[in-house]
Amino acid sequence: MSSLAHRVRFGHALHAEWVKLRSLRSTWYTLACLFAVGLGITVLATGRAGERYASASAAERLAWDPTELSLTTYLVAQLIIGVLGTLVVTSEYATGLVRTSLAVTPRRHRLLAAKVVVAAAVAVVAGQALMFATFLIGQTLLAAQDVPYARLGDPGVISAVMGGGLYLAAIALLAIGLGTILRATAGALTTLVGIVFLVPGFAGLLPAWLEGLLDFWPTMGAAAVFKTVPSPDFPHPWLNLGGMCLGVAAVLAAAFVVFQRRDL
Amino acid sequence: MTMIEVRGLTKRYGLDTVVDDLSFTVEPGQVTGFLGPNGAGKSTTMKVILGLAAPTSGSVAVGGRRYRDLPVPLTEVGALLDAGAVHGARKARDHLLALATGNGLPRRRVDEVLARTGLESVAHKRAGEFSLGMRQRLGIAAALLGDPWVLIFDEPVNGLDPEGIRWIRDFMRSLAREGRAVLVSSHLMNEMAQTADHLVVIGRGKLIADTGMGEFLRDRGEGTVLVRTPEAAEFALRLTATGATVKEGPDASLVVSGLASEEIGKLAAYHGTVLSELTPQRPSLEDAFMELTKDTVEYQGATA
Repeated sequence: MSSLAHRVRFGHALHAEWVKLRSLRSTWYTLACLFAVGLGITVLATGRAGERYASASAAERLAWDPTELSLTTYLVAQLIIGVLGTLVVTSEYATGLVRTSLAVTPRRHRLLAAKVVVAAAVAVVAGQALMFATFLIGQTLLAAQDVPYARLGDPGVISAVMGGGLYLAAIALLAIGLGTILRATAGALTTLVGIVFLVPGFAGLLPAWLEGLLDFWPTMGAAAVFKTVPSPDFPHPWLNLGGMCLGVAAVLAAAFVVFQRRDL
Repeated sequence: MTMIEVRGLTKRYGLDTVVDDLSFTVEPGQVTGFLGPNGAGKSTTMKVILGLAAPTSGSVAVGGRRYRDLPVPLTEVGALLDAGAVHGARKARDHLLALATGNGLPRRRVDEVLARTGLESVAHKRAGEFSLGMRQRLGIAAALLGDPWVLIFDEPVNGLDPEGIRWIRDFMRSLAREGRAVLVSSHLMNEMAQTADHLVVIGRGKLIADTGMGEFLRDRGEGTVLVRTPEAAEFALRLTATGATVKEGPDASLVVSGLASEEIGKLAAYHGTVLSELTPQRPSLEDAFMELTKDTVEYQGATA
């Protein structure tokens, strides 16, 4: 009945999604959990590396990759950041809030894009921060045990650390896509666990024509980015990570299509 | 000016036709009651109005436009479909702030609607701690954020205590007095009688009545008359002789339909019959509504 605003822009939807995300305690608990668990695993993974190095064979010492060792925490971190991504969408389905959100932003692709951008920004920052922190803590612990360790300036290290942060952000986006398509937290997280753990676990059982996909699969080929000593199977780890990002983009595209079409 | 225009709306889910060629309008300055038994298609129609469900055919316009084409939706339409649709862990104020931000509305609007719905003191509580009545208020506060011309409420008094019901009823009346168009759905006729100026009644997705409240009462108001007399059997014969229908009422009374109380009184005077009671019975609104929709109720209980 009054002129309160003139036209709604994407920036408004973006800002609203940020208000939603930051006003939930669960967002901050999940992030705290990401760092507590993520760094805790790093301490466990590198804390006894001295013993392992002492008993390692010459070939094993040659392949010794202190960077990768300090980044293995990604295995669990990807699930926690996946929870964060999933909840951005599924918490609205669980309560029906998504209908209110669409009453505010009736252009559906705009609403979902705002969610994706805000969650991606948080995931990129959190992913990078975690990877840098885990690298520095891991290397400090390795150095204290007198085993070879890496510095940020060493060849390939920055690439592995930053690539790792991007890997985690991509998993968060994958989770948003799954959450949008499946509309339920449990279903989306189960699917995510299936993708990052079960498929790699049963990789040997896959038919040959699917094996090519594994080069770009999370926890498998795409995880080559965490190495500084390139594995002979994946000489160009960024290509593998890029392939995974394309896959994530495909899932997100499907999410946009179903979100646009579905009745709510 | 017509605020909501539903034209030939049909919505099918698979083979199920939930809304069937429905047309009606909602005008400003009045409360339009959207009435029908459960499953009649009220919620679906409201979802289509808000663009949450796509019509199979037909169209819906709000202020002449599709909902999704409104430049700033909250300033034109405020809707409360489900009071439970809030994240329980989010504080009431943050919930409203997120919605206001999404339409670029000034922050002060959040405080204004909190004040208008009497929620200031609980603005910093998490919505999950709210009672149903408070959640309804929060939903209404959200609907008012953009100070819209059109308000849509789906079963707003469902599950509320009498005080809550009265508050919502008065509130809707006051919104209509301010010149807004208010569309309220309900499956309870009596509730509408005290709130609505206009009625749109549907059953199984089809329009049954689209009429003013007063007309509705008059048209459906074919009443009966309760008659008590010591000479019941004899007088009943005389009544039937005039063409009236007589049924046995409680405590040896007669329930007469088809004859006005005045006529019955004249008849009694003519024959010198002593009447101890002569009471016109207005049909309850609920009866009128049941009568109207009895063929359209999806699952009818067997009468014992």
